Amino acid sequence: MSDKPHALHEPLIRVVRRSECSAKLKVAVRLAAIVLALVVDALFIYFVTGLNPLAVYTTMFRGTFSTAMRFSWAMRDLASLLLIGVALAPAFKMRFWNTGAEGQVLMGALATAAVMIYGGSALPAPLLYAAMLAAALFAGALWGFIPAWFKARFSTNETLFTLMMNYVAIQLVACCVNIWRGQASGLGKLNSRTKAGWFPKVFDMRFGINLIVVVLLVVLVYCYLRYSKQGYEISVVGESENTARYAGINVGRVIIRTMILSGALCGLTGFLIVGGRDQTISTGTAGGNGFTAIIVAWLAKFNTFTMALISFLLIFLEKGAAEIASAYNLNDFASDIIAGIILFFILGSEFFVNYRPIFRKSHKEVR
Amino acid sequence: MKKWIALLLAAMLCVMACAALADDLKVGVILVGDETEGYTLAHMNGIKAAAAQVGLDESQIVWKYKIPEDQTCSDNAYDLVGQGCNLIISNSYGHQTFMRDVAEEIPEVTFVAMTGDFAAISGLDNLKNAFTKIYEARYVSGVVAGMKVAELLETGELSPEKQPTSFDADGNVKIGYVGAYDYAEVVSGYTAFFLGVRSIVPNVVMEVNYTNSWFDIDKEAAAAEALISKGCVIIGQHADSTGAPAATQKLLDAGNVCYSVGYNIDMLPTAPTAALTSPTNEWQVFYAELFTAMMNGEEIPADWAKGYDAGAVAITELGSSCAAGTAEKVAEVEAAIHDGTLKVFDTATFTVDGQTVTSAPCDMTFMDWATMTAIYEGETVEAIADGAFNESVFRSAPYFALRIDGITEIK
Repeated sequence: MSDKPHALHEPLIRVVRRSECSAKLKVAVRLAAIVLALVVDALFIYFVTGLNPLAVYTTMFRGTFSTAMRFSWAMRDLASLLLIGVALAPAFKMRFWNTGAEGQVLMGALATAAVMIYGGSALPAPLLYAAMLAAALFAGALWGFIPAWFKARFSTNETLFTLMMNYVAIQLVACCVNIWRGQASGLGKLNSRTKAGWFPKVFDMRFGINLIVVVLLVVLVYCYLRYSKQGYEISVVGESENTARYAGINVGRVIIRTMILSGALCGLTGFLIVGGRDQTISTGTAGGNGFTAIIVAWLAKFNTFTMALISFLLIFLEKGAAEIASAYNLNDFASDIIAGIILFFILGSEFFVNYRPIFRKSHKEVR
Repeated sequence: MKKWIALLLAAMLCVMACAALADDLKVGVILVGDETEGYTLAHMNGIKAAAAQVGLDESQIVWKYKIPEDQTCSDNAYDLVGQGCNLIISNSYGHQTFMRDVAEEIPEVTFVAMTGDFAAISGLDNLKNAFTKIYEARYVSGVVAGMKVAELLETGELSPEKQPTSFDADGNVKIGYVGAYDYAEVVSGYTAFFLGVRSIVPNVVMEVNYTNSWFDIDKEAAAAEALISKGCVIIGQHADSTGAPAATQKLLDAGNVCYSVGYNIDMLPTAPTAALTSPTNEWQVFYAELFTAMMNGEEIPADWAKGYDAGAVAITELGSSCAAGTAEKVAEVEAAIHDGTLKVFDTATFTVDGQTVTSAPCDMTFMDWATMTAIYEGETVEAIADGAFNESVFRSAPYFALRIDGITEIK
């Protein structure tokens, strides 16, 4: 056999997994991705919308940073997203694909709202908060427990099961809201007269408590996964169930325990959203964050500190896109495209962090 | 030389002061949708037309699109204040409570929650509501539909032999209505529509199908299809999409006898032969009054409600399927509503449980239905006066919630 057909079959680009990637290179790849994204975006902005790309980028920046108030809202929305991401971390580390965060958050929120409505005037404030929290933790944990039990007992597919549970939760919320709204077309703020169950203001913000809790949880869950015995069990089960069994770990128990934790943390998020952020409930209370948080958890490789960074990036893009739409009177699809391109490149850069393209070398070099 | 400079400066100040009157106004607009949705589009067009009318520059209006009825609404209201807006308008009912929160915090800015219902009893001077008397236009659109039903019966195109499902046991013609929610605004609207039809064809009955959403193309289409399959020959609507007219057109083309009356926008592009007309709000009338009052520093009513008297409501262009003589009849009815000789909710034209209504106490209290407590206490008013139910008199938002004979709600 000659060399020629072999050379012909060699593809232009081959992709090889990187054995290791230096920190320097990681940073370089990601920076390059952002620069490329900005260039492609600039082309889109200039040729499609006819605006000055630099002005648009400045506007995008203003979405989060122009006023203290906007920054605090960005932090508030970041808290909701990051909390869910953190809640997903234990389950994901166990390779239990919990796609049900949206529903677990909604169930926590629904339980909180129910306690606010039916206990708002009956319970004294400290007891009311305690009851709201307990109900939310329980409801979220229950929504995590059900699919975990089926998985441990019957090996059901957890991705589909948790996903389905979202729709059950959404319908439950829709049903309750429909009852509670009475003869009005919508459910306004809960207890708007008595403000029973609304969080007290911390740092002059109703959602101040949410910010404190998210900071605490980022640290706590990081330590739990990294340093505790249970955290170790989770990673062993995630690596290989058989190894875990061989090492004497009760896999079913770990699965159920971890999902109860994950669900309860989602429920906690629902509690914080209703009490601290919205003071009301709707099917949009979780706002799709339950799904976005999957991206957050996955991109961060379940490291809660990295999650904070990625959540910030996503919120920054979202706020920036909204500001672009408002400032330039653009249809928000256009501004979403601008934000979407940046996200696309950043997701894409992960590929180049893990893999390395090799271009076909010329024949002379080969020989 | 110094004198000249001083004079020049003084002159410049004068010009600036005069210009400031119109320049001072900066309007923030919070919209539940964008230009792709008929209801929001109508508001956008109204605001733009009013701005052009009073000499407000495009740069003095800041738009916020697709703002859901939640905390996002408050965020955006605060944000608009931060951008220097001194008048903030929201266009959906559910925005109201969130506008209220901001209005409480920032008394120097005026907040207008369109279609809202508690500004007058909230005790906040800077919170306003406004609504058109759309029920008048709905009545007129009912007349258009009634003319069509009468024509169908006359020509024999519609008869118990040809389409037996379209008649009930008593020989009444069935019509249908796609409603968003079962509350006063919708009840007021469908009743006006029904009375309009019945003013032409006495023997009609109507079924109302709720979608529990203001905008849902699929649900509205499904509701219309369900009504037509039951035999309804006219499909009215109080929901914001083109779902029902599109479904009606499809079934008309498939050989059913069915026609559509839309809402907000001309449905002829969607349903060229099925659409008869749509009742519509002329928001420009209100917005022009609002902007003028703001620029002149005049007081704005807490509750604004006008109809044909100010040209604030209308029906869109009549479709080609409308019966002969419809335009003349419409002009006659519109004139009668305008001069007050025709009252839409004339108690002589309807009954409740077989009885003529002589008293209809309406409680204006704004309720928290979840806990059954009052948020803002309002008076209970007697809505029946001079032989008619006085709609949109005590409050701009509709409060006609009587369920009259001849209409069945499917929940």
